[in-house]
Amino acid sequence: MRNKIPRVPAREQNAKIRARNFDEVCYGYNVEEAQAEASRCLQCKNPGCMTQCPVHIDIPAFISKVEEGNFSEAARIISIDSSLPAICGRVCPQETQCEGSCLLGKKGESVSIGKLERFVADYAHDHQIRFLEKKPSKGKSVAVVGSGPSSLACAADLARAGYDVTIFEALNRPGGVLEYGIPEFRLPKDSVVSYEIDTVKSLGVKIITDVLIGRTITVDELLDKQGFSAVYIGSGAGLPKFMGIPGENLNGVFSANEFLTRNNLMKAYDSAYDTPIFHGHKTAVVGGGNVAMDSARTALRLGSEVTVVYRRSQAELPARAEEVHHAMDEGVIFKMLANPIEIEGDESGKVTKLKCIRMELGEPDASGRRKPVPIPDSEFEIDVDCVIMALGTSPNNLIATTTKGLETDKHGCLVADESGMTTRPGVFAGGDAVTGAATVILAMGAGRKAAAAIDGYLSPKDGPSVK
Amino acid sequence: MYKITRKAFLTPSVCLMEVEAPRIAASAKPGQFLIVRSNETAERIPLTICDWDRNAGTVTIVTQIVGASSRIICNKGVGESFSDVAGPLGNPSDFCSLPDEQLKGRKYLMIGGGVGTAPVYPQVKYLQEHGAHCDVIIGARNSSLLIFADEMKSIAGRLFLCTDDGSVGEKGVVTAVAERLIGEGEKYDAAVSIGPMIMMKFCALTLKKYNIPLTVSLNSIMVDGTGMCGACRVSVGGKTRFACSEGPEFDGYEVDFDEAMRRQKLYRNEELAADERCRARLGEDKQ
Repeated sequence: MRNKIPRVPAREQNAKIRARNFDEVCYGYNVEEAQAEASRCLQCKNPGCMTQCPVHIDIPAFISKVEEGNFSEAARIISIDSSLPAICGRVCPQETQCEGSCLLGKKGESVSIGKLERFVADYAHDHQIRFLEKKPSKGKSVAVVGSGPSSLACAADLARAGYDVTIFEALNRPGGVLEYGIPEFRLPKDSVVSYEIDTVKSLGVKIITDVLIGRTITVDELLDKQGFSAVYIGSGAGLPKFMGIPGENLNGVFSANEFLTRNNLMKAYDSAYDTPIFHGHKTAVVGGGNVAMDSARTALRLGSEVTVVYRRSQAELPARAEEVHHAMDEGVIFKMLANPIEIEGDESGKVTKLKCIRMELGEPDASGRRKPVPIPDSEFEIDVDCVIMALGTSPNNLIATTTKGLETDKHGCLVADESGMTTRPGVFAGGDAVTGAATVILAMGAGRKAAAAIDGYLSPKDGPSVK
Repeated sequence: MYKITRKAFLTPSVCLMEVEAPRIAASAKPGQFLIVRSNETAERIPLTICDWDRNAGTVTIVTQIVGASSRIICNKGVGESFSDVAGPLGNPSDFCSLPDEQLKGRKYLMIGGGVGTAPVYPQVKYLQEHGAHCDVIIGARNSSLLIFADEMKSIAGRLFLCTDDGSVGEKGVVTAVAERLIGEGEKYDAAVSIGPMIMMKFCALTLKKYNIPLTVSLNSIMVDGTGMCGACRVSVGGKTRFACSEGPEFDGYEVDFDEAMRRQKLYRNEELAADERCRARLGEDKQ
């Protein structure tokens, strides 16, 4: 019988204090806590956690090494399947994946797999343990477009398999959404993101910033003129959606992408950096996903009072429960079952009010969630001077429109098969560019699948060298 | 990377630089822009591409000192480098997709205002090289802000200069010169106007009377410049468009200039404060 102790909680920064700083909220486990938590794992014969992990980490195996105190071996086991464990341990939606299928969770609380993964990754970082084995060079080059999670996972697998990999990133720092989207208090940039990207670079992957594929160089040129044998497109879904309501172009209305990019990539919260950020006294964040929570908690930390406006009820919030609770603890106000219909401004064009209508839940819609319907004559106004639209993003059409033979679907997503092969031979794609906005780990899973497919495409006779 | 190979002050507040950026030099077309980040703590600043040398692998940028970030850019010397230069961004000018047969003999009225004259230059060059004819009007508040007159003179069909105070060229605004030329019987197939928003707005109001298709180039606030943030959104023909990825050039008669001007002032207070700090850092006196 396994250790029947309750789930070991991870220590966190006090909510009142953290609501005013950008330091990481969760401190993670120390050695004792990690070993105690690891001792709860049942070591199932048919581990559901492993099946549910998009990159299929051997979770029971690494947890048993944590319990033994062999953290370096635990790190090696994870490294077989993931190049970004410190990132995934922090931002994966474990509750719906590995932890969601943990047997312990059926009756009580699941093993805290995410926190254990994070512990192992942080331990490896602290002790400078890196696993950089790779196969001999295959003498072929692959170009990877974008440097977000899907591209990094694909590039790491290809480099390990012996390919010469070059990543092209449009922005000034690699990482994609890990860098511009997810805030420092959830995912520290220097100690976590940069460190794990350095691991990928240590495998021999070259990263070239400031290159926007489709403008600086086209995919056709990469294949025809620059000597790449295959291309992986992991360009993400960066195009922000707006509601199309009156007043959306008033001064003080931002996409979550702009607000977060200014603060995360360009470090506007740090007075040593020049990029300005507009933060209101009273901010409304429209939307209920993780990006809405990130925007709300960022605005709060910059000194604003923040209200999240969401058209369904709390049960339907698409954000991770942990993020919602963190936001509530920190003092973010939630106005559920409300939908903006207009943004009002003053004579100089500055936002003054957000006009909303109350909603109720009707019949389930195509997504299976109950459809929000406006309640007639229930309009109300919130005084605000800043509105952040966190309504989701879609893929930018730049690569599709500048590459021959690349098809997209009606949502602007690249068409690719299960393995990531697009409609153009030699061009593969995955992550948000194919699925539309999703999660870091799903993007990584797609990147790994495509790496295996690229290996099969480029070296069919060698047999698979990508796991 | 991104080393400055040549630097010249065209006026006390407008600086021309040639920068090593071979990938951009290889693919740049008229109408496009790039983004410069001077150093690790600097903003990303959109600047128009004024010229390029594909063999030397350099691009030419022209920057007017209007705040902290442009001051930092212009404060860099030959041999120093920028942290980042990304591009070319945005769409090439529409006429780049016209076949030479169509461009041949077409008559363009090209209007540049202040530092906006710099991006007009590669357009005139391209059009003239492809058989079109360009009359160019350069306007500025005064002679100390008027740039590119000599360069333009060597490539343009005819060149007209005007300043608000008459310190060089005609006394008056670009629209007055345009109306005079049209009044004298000149027929233009199309016009391009690049400069301060207010100038482009008045070009639209004026040229509309003569039914000359007008293209303007918007220098909106941007962060990434690749279609990701939406800071540059502008109403064109009643629809919201992103100046970075769908522009920067739009039909001049469809742009809501009043909204665009208002949106440009969004960070005015932050910009003024940043420039104060920047000048203090550089040890410059208040100008």
